[in-house]
Parts: sequence; C-alpha cells; structure tokens
Amino acid sequence: MNRASLLELLKHPQRTTALSPNGWTEFIATARNANLLGKVAQRLHEAGVAVPAAPLRHLEGARLLSERQHHSVAWEAQCIDATLAQTDEPVVLLKGAAYVLGRKAAGVGRLFGDVDVLVPPGSLGKIEIRLMAGGWTQMKSEEYDQRYYREWMHELPPMIHVRRGTVIDVHHTILPLTARSHPDADAIIAHSIPLPGYRSLRIPCDEDLIIHSMCHLAHEGELHNALRDLDDINSLLSEHADSPDFWGQLGDRAEHHDLAASVALCLMLVRQFFDTPVPESLVLRLAGADATAIRRLTRLYDVAIVPDPEGRPPLRSLAAQLLIYIRSHWLRMPPRLLVQHLSRKAWQRLTLASGTSPKNKQGA
Amino acid sequence: MVLPESRVLDTTLRIAPFVVRVRSPFASVLAHLEFFYRDCEKPQKAFIDFDIRLLPGLGAHRFWRPQARFLVDDQNPFLPLPVNQAAPMFEWGLNWTIASRSLGFVVFHAAVLEKNGNAIILPGFPGAGKSTLCAALCHLRGWRLLSDELAILDPVSGMLIANPRPISLKNASIDIVGQFPGARVGERYLDTRKGTVAHAAPNLDAIENASQPALPRWLVFPQFAPGEGHQVSPVSHAEAFALIGEQSFNQERMGEIGFRALCTLLGNVDCHQIEYGSTSDALELVAQVTQQD
Repeated sequence: MNRASLLELLKHPQRTTALSPNGWTEFIATARNANLLGKVAQRLHEAGVAVPAAPLRHLEGARLLSERQHHSVAWEAQCIDATLAQTDEPVVLLKGAAYVLGRKAAGVGRLFGDVDVLVPPGSLGKIEIRLMAGGWTQMKSEEYDQRYYREWMHELPPMIHVRRGTVIDVHHTILPLTARSHPDADAIIAHSIPLPGYRSLRIPCDEDLIIHSMCHLAHEGELHNALRDLDDINSLLSEHADSPDFWGQLGDRAEHHDLAASVALCLMLVRQFFDTPVPESLVLRLAGADATAIRRLTRLYDVAIVPDPEGRPPLRSLAAQLLIYIRSHWLRMPPRLLVQHLSRKAWQRLTLASGTSPKNKQGA
Repeated sequence: MVLPESRVLDTTLRIAPFVVRVRSPFASVLAHLEFFYRDCEKPQKAFIDFDIRLLPGLGAHRFWRPQARFLVDDQNPFLPLPVNQAAPMFEWGLNWTIASRSLGFVVFHAAVLEKNGNAIILPGFPGAGKSTLCAALCHLRGWRLLSDELAILDPVSGMLIANPRPISLKNASIDIVGQFPGARVGERYLDTRKGTVAHAAPNLDAIENASQPALPRWLVFPQFAPGEGHQVSPVSHAEAFALIGEQSFNQERMGEIGFRALCTLLGNVDCHQIEYGSTSDALELVAQVTQQD
C-alpha cells in the first residue's frame, strides 16, 4: 500500500469499510512496517469501525500490546523515580515515555521500547552510579563504544536492567556534542513540568516536546519510523492548533534552540503529509534565507518516505534515503571525525566477522 | 534445487486459524508444502495473516555454501541456515511468527490433542518425549491433533485453538513414529541444530476439523525415563502454573489478560506428571488419567 492510501486511512478510519480482503492485507502489513499498527488500531477502535474478523485479530493484538507496554512504561517510570529520587536532580522523560505518562494524544496506541531521559550534564556521574546500584548495567562493553558515547554523543551508553531487561538511555543534551546545532538542554530542563505522583520525573513543556521530536526526526538517518514520528508531531501540534499564541511561541522556542531549519523542515512535512494547519508565516520565518534549500529537502523526504512491506522502494527513493543518511551524519559530526568513526567501526566489524548473534528486531 | 522462474512457488494456504502466503524459489519448500499441506484449502481472496518468503542467501551465499533466509512481512527474524534446511526453516519460522505476533492469544510450548470435545495438553520440555507421544495418540488411539508445538489459548472463550501442522520428530523418534499405522513421515534433514529432523503429517481429520476448538481438560507433563517403570503423580496447580509460565512465549506480553487466561485454564484441568519407559506405557498412563481409551 502506498503512503497516500495509508495516510488517508489513518486520517479517515471510516474509509476502511471499503477495503477488500486484499486491501486489508496490504493496509495491516504496511501499517505494521511503519510501526503504526497500534495507532491505527486505536483510531479504528475509537471511530467504532466494523472491522472483519481476520484483520481485527491483528488490530486488537496491537492495541493489547500497546496497552501492556503503557503499563510497563508506567512501572518502569516508578522504578526509575524510586532509584533516582535521592539524587535530587530533575529527570526529564523524552519521546514515547513522555507522551504516554504526559497523557498526550501522540502516546495513544504508540508502541515503543526504551525509556529516554534527559538530565543535567553535571549530574551524570551521580545518576549513572545510582542506576548501577539500582540494577542497571552497561550494554556496550567495548572501550571504543564507551568512548564514542561519552566523548562525542549526547547520551550515556544505553543501560539495561539486569532483572527486568528494560533499557534506559540517559541523555545529557539533545544532539551529539559534535553536532552543528546546539539546542539548549538546560532550558528544556528549566521549563519542564513535574509529573504528578513522581518525585524526580518531569516532562518537557509542550513546545519543547514538539521541537525535540522534530529535532530527532530531522537528524535521524534512518527513516523506518519517520511516518510514526510525523504522526506524533501532528498529534502534538493538533492539541494546540487553536490557541492563537502557540505558533509564535513555537517559533521563538525553535530559534532559541538553534533548530529553526529543522523545525521548518518538519512543519513543511507534517503539513504536506497530515494537512496540519501550520501557518505559512511561521514556516517562512523559521526557514528564513534557507527557504529554497529547505523546500528542496522536503521534496527529498517526500521521495524517501515510502512505507513498503515488500522492502523494494524505487531507485529514486533509495537514492533519497542514502542522501538523507549521509546528511544526518554530516549534521552530527565534523567530516574528519566522521571518517575516523566509520573506519573504526568498519575495522571492528571486520575483526569481529564471526560475531553471529541472532538478530531480534521484532515489532508488533 | 532452485525452481525455474515459471514454477516459483507462490501459494496461499489456510493453515488454521491463519491464512499464510508462501513464496519461495526452493524446490524443497514446494515439495514440503505438497507433502504436508496438500489437504489445506487454498483461499483465493482471503486476508493474509502472514506473508512468508524463503529466499536464497545474500551475496556470496547465493553460490558458496548456499543459504536460505526466512522473511515474514519483510522482517528477517533469524540468521540464515544452510539451504538444505529451507523446508524445516519454514516450520520453525512459522512457529516463531505465531508465538511472537501479538494476536490476542496466549501461546505456549505444548502439544494439544482432543477427544470427545475435551483437550489434553502436553507441555514440551526438551527430551520429555512430547512429539512421539503426540504422534502415538493420533495414530494409535484416535485423538485429534490440534497442535504438536503450540498451544494457542483464546482468552475470551477459554478454548484451545487448533493449528494442525506436521509433527516435528527428532533422531530416534523418527523411526518409531514411521512404524505407526497410517503415519506419513517426510524428508529427513541431517545435521540441523536439533540433530536429524523429520516431520509426520497430521491426519486428515485434524485438518478437516481444524475450525473446532477444544475445552482444556487435562494437563499432563510427560517424562520419558527409560528403564524406570511407569507411574502417574499429581501436580499442584501452583506448580503447573509456574511450569506453564516457563513454556509460555508471550504470557508476559499478554499482561493481565494472559495471567487470567492461564488461571482460568488451570481452574478447569486436572494436572498430572507421567513417567514412562515406552510408548505403550505412556498410552496406558494417558488412558488412566483421561479415562478415554
């Protein structure tokens, strides 16, 4: 199923009543591959659409899994809160966990794995030790990997809980330290909102939540979750679309975070894909002198984002995907460092050529 | 080994309770499906639950030590296997798919058979002799096969759902089952991770009655112990719950619904352990537990 049909059914769940059995096969497979099955299921359920029994099994299964994951993430948040409360540091949930615990529409039906948190850079040592005492342990033991994360990236190497098997990513800033843009992580923490019922956990204010999601999408090299992320952004924006001051504040915040171009790109994409009522004036303001370049970039994403369960996108989409992949690295690392990093990783892969651990990338 | 372009396999089978599309250029996969799934309906315009492809390895592995890859809905959950294991890989991959996809069922590792509407569940601990006993119950005692590997429990109805597929046999059990009246054993696959592997075809009644679920009535933990005599001992419900939990693929992911479904199941079954040294002993013990001959 092509992107336009998938998005149309996501926006108008009632139109699924016209689907043939074959249409349902393609719809479910495409939605699953785009990591959107839980959201699709939730929307069809809320719209009260009568779904034939065979595809319904997949939809209800995805809805069940997403409910279960939301329970799990709430429990995980309790555990993190109990472990980190003594540090007296603010711990800001990001992405999926923030949508779910902040009760955002973007969290409804969303499937996800890891919990991401943002903490003040000065508290990293303290937080890492508390997490280790609480049962989390390092997943990456290679010395080079450890250095890569700590010196160049914006997070500690991912940590896994020894008993629950859950993973936490502790960020101390929003983009790698080596990246071209420098979003103000301190400001995200300063403007964050405490989560009721927790001692240390907080979520970003809505503008920062949206900008972080956009920043992530615009800097991400892989587009597997791009439609899901754009749907998240559309849901987050739609909660505020009617408030007259919102768009101006979003623009101010994007400029403050040195992310005007990334936000302009995502606003153009979400408007094109989801008909989000984004004011043209805001896009023009954020794009500024780069308007032509950003428009060209939007077209590149338009070509690259092809949800295809057969995994055989047309050549021009593959080319666009490659360009976006290269660009994402370009944005995140200066070229000399990038070449060093990639050759080091290639060497690791060659010397570990026998490393045949089973892959496990199962979705819902 | 590889089929000519015009004969490349692309078929859609009703493998209850699912509809599965299978595509592959391998002659061995085609032969496997023709042998074991010949009685399955081939729906033309049905919703497809799992879209499975078995494809040649990538790069040099197309020619040098050729491999087979398993893909389901374009996901690639396993490492490739040597190409001569493409057919058993289909079975392993389909098991994995049913167990790991969230479809609202609780799935655990057990053989399930039915007589007079009541089901016996034989959980599958390695070496327990589950598959041999399962084949013996089908061919020697007239039980209907629901599944040899996957107990599929519907939390809404509390019933066990049939997924009649080939019974997978290992090493010595292949010859034992091969001698059962009416047993159809297929190709042997040597040197797999599980040793020599072969499959026995399900009986026609298993396929024809696959839409009929069965009520869980007996939970029997088989224990093959050669030369130790034979005996039945009761198992407490708490212990049975823990043992089933160990064999469950997705109970954790099913959360409260899965927990309640297993509690309900255990509330309705008699739990026993049987120890036996021969197939005939095992059949006698099952008859004793179930009061069915």
